[in-house]
Amino acid sequence: MILHSERGPLAGRRTSSAVAATASASERKLALWNIGFAYTAFLIGTLCGLIQVFMRNEMIELPAWLDYYQVLTVHGVTLALVYTTFFIYAFLITGMSRSLGSFGPKVARWSWIGFFVAAAGTVWATIEILSGRASVLYTFYAPLKASGWFYVSLALLIIGTWIISFALIAHYVKWRKANPGVLSPLFAFMTISTLAMWIIACLGVVAAVVFMYIPWAFGWVDTINVELSRTLFWFFGHPLVYFWLLPAYMAWYLVVPKLLGTKVFSDSLARLSFLLFILFSIPVGLHHQLTEPGVADFWKFLQVTLTFMVVIPTLMTAFSLFATFEISGRQKGAKGLFGWVGKLPWNDIRFTSLFISMVFFIPGGAGGIINTSFQLNELVHNTLWVVGHFHITVGTPVAMTFMGISFWLIPYLTGRTLTKTTKNLAFVQIISWSVGMLFMSTAQHVLGLLGAPRRTQHSNYSDHPTVLGWFDGFFSNTSTLALGGIILFFSAMLLMVIVFRLWLIEPRSEKGDLYAEFPIAESDASATPRWLENWWIWIGIAVALILLAYTFPITHMIQDAPPGSKGFINW
Amino acid sequence: MHLHKFEKIWLIFGIAMLAVFLGIVGVQAFTQGQTPAGGMKKIDPEKVDVTAPFDDPGVHQIDDDTYEVVIKAMAYGYEPSEIKVPAGKEIIFKVTSKDVIHSFTIPNTKVNMMVVPGQINEKRYTFNEPGTFLILCNEYCGTGHHFMHTEIEVVEE
Amino acid sequence: MKNKKNPHEADLRGTLISVLTVGILIAVMWFAVYAMYVAL
Ligand code: HEM
Ligand SMILES: [Cu+2]
Ligand SMILES: [Cu+2]
Repeated sequence: MILHSERGPLAGRRTSSAVAATASASERKLALWNIGFAYTAFLIGTLCGLIQVFMRNEMIELPAWLDYYQVLTVHGVTLALVYTTFFIYAFLITGMSRSLGSFGPKVARWSWIGFFVAAAGTVWATIEILSGRASVLYTFYAPLKASGWFYVSLALLIIGTWIISFALIAHYVKWRKANPGVLSPLFAFMTISTLAMWIIACLGVVAAVVFMYIPWAFGWVDTINVELSRTLFWFFGHPLVYFWLLPAYMAWYLVVPKLLGTKVFSDSLARLSFLLFILFSIPVGLHHQLTEPGVADFWKFLQVTLTFMVVIPTLMTAFSLFATFEISGRQKGAKGLFGWVGKLPWNDIRFTSLFISMVFFIPGGAGGIINTSFQLNELVHNTLWVVGHFHITVGTPVAMTFMGISFWLIPYLTGRTLTKTTKNLAFVQIISWSVGMLFMSTAQHVLGLLGAPRRTQHSNYSDHPTVLGWFDGFFSNTSTLALGGIILFFSAMLLMVIVFRLWLIEPRSEKGDLYAEFPIAESDASATPRWLENWWIWIGIAVALILLAYTFPITHMIQDAPPGSKGFINW
Repeated sequence: MHLHKFEKIWLIFGIAMLAVFLGIVGVQAFTQGQTPAGGMKKIDPEKVDVTAPFDDPGVHQIDDDTYEVVIKAMAYGYEPSEIKVPAGKEIIFKVTSKDVIHSFTIPNTKVNMMVVPGQINEKRYTFNEPGTFLILCNEYCGTGHHFMHTEIEVVEE
Repeated sequence: MKNKKNPHEADLRGTLISVLTVGILIAVMWFAVYAMYVAL
């Protein structure tokens, strides 16, 4: 029988290796650099978001050297790729150090190298975009052709994340060797699942960038196979969204019960749900290509079916979370069906922020099921609905969970505390983000159903009556989008103030200060079957599913390809 | 691995719900021909103007109840730019691109097609009511993307 | 709560009702959009 516990001040040590209860100085510094980088991107990205909502309402005009699509490219890259990725690594690095012990010199060195490679790639990509050599949006669909260096810089970003990922995996492998036969702590298990999925997913985009885009953009080959490049992109693009989501789920599974003073609801189900994400988050990319030619209906529908499967671990997660709430409430003496709601620690911003994130994920998840419902996709594909959808999946549940993590992770790393003033600011920040997002995303969903396109600067389309419907009513109105955007931008700037205070201004934390802790709940693994941690089984099944879902469509795209496309620079 | 009884109920409910969604769209798609836009035909993107059917773009009547509309998309417009079709007849849209990826989208209809160079995309749709519908591009295609639009006139037959 | 050590036997009636409500919400949204699609 194995009873392991996540290490915390209260939990006893039950495994053999000697481990510090807090992350060591080197990891703290690395995590802080990641967070600093992430929030710099956040600052730039949210400013772009504000510019976009203004431009969609013709409220401002950009200087001649900048256009809407450059701004939008920067917004997508800085927020969806950079803020998320760097924050995720900060969280994973700190958590791995905390639950498996300090990094050895090699792991530490390679994590730093990975960070700098990824950071260099990002800065370089941003320069390429702003200098007008890569107005291709963050999905860089061929045959729009950016400068070759843009693709090289993206490759660097990915390679950097691989280096950090392998460093974390090495850290884990070392722990496994030192603790034979013991299930790893849940945080480590979830980290490894997330990284395994990420590494497999990136193979698609790396193949596209290295073998297709780079030779084409530098002129070594004349043409590119457009449909294949898209398919490889989306092989990566869908698991990318799960790469954002899983760290948020980690916080929901592990941080929330700790804040509620209880344990993880079920260790084995938590592990199982992460394994299901490895299996089903990759062979589903065609659900982004439902309205295009070149893929037979059968394969589209097969991947739609697999996409429905990936909903199941989320159903399990929803149950675990409510159960955690209810059990903790009942432990505190709650009565009746819903007495536990009143026992939740609403005054604790670390909890409330995560709770609101979860609430946003309900319509977010429902919207996702709609998007992937085969022909229903025609109603919403590339409309503002989709923009509304990912702002209530990645833009709020994920991003707000990261905000909620920041409120304790930064103090934990800087050794400061969250004072009352900052806590109040944090409440204002979280609530204003929620309100802003409610306006913006609802308007986007409604406008999308009315046919308003995404990724499109303001246009009156020759005053066609359809367009008038996009400026009429309350939620069916582009102005409401701007209203929400302005509130969101206010919230984003408030967050920057909070981050700044937590980093540099707040007083040093005292011993036993709750806000300076890394809250990880205990998880009882005594009933968890060992085969859950046999990675080769799961990676093997994942590869088999990928082969099933992709071999035929991709072979067809290569063998039966039309003449390729030369590049176009339409900006 | 122990499941709480309520969790079993929830998972059965949830999975059944997903199966119903999937069943509805699957049956509708494959028995009533309501699949999303698609097609397996290909074309040389450099030779669109001289390849059938795009050498003769526009509206063609195929039989009493079916019309074909052949459209070429390019930055930032569609050819032909004037399209007139009857209401109540099945229209088969066939689109391809001469340059980058675009879309051929008619808001308030089921027509929302990606236009991919090298591929021919097809969609069958019947307009129930006459009127003038907007056609727009909703896939970013360059700085003029937001200008890319035209109209389709649906007339009483 | 009968048994603190074993959460599997816990009283989770509130949880069941909550998740089922979420499920119904999802179904309502889905059918609403489905109806819009069919009407086009
Ligand atoms: C101040 C807060 C924000 C505002 C005002 C805002 C606004 C917008 C708007 C209006 C668009 C649509 C532009 C268009 O399609 O024409 C957009 C796109 C997007 N936003 Fe945001 N957003 C904000 C925060 C975020 C956050 C936090 C994330 C993710 C973490 C995010 C991710 C994205 C992505 C991925 C796109 C799509 C980019 C593309 O189509 O290439 N946004 N945003
Ligand atoms: Cu997806
Ligand atoms: Cu366009």
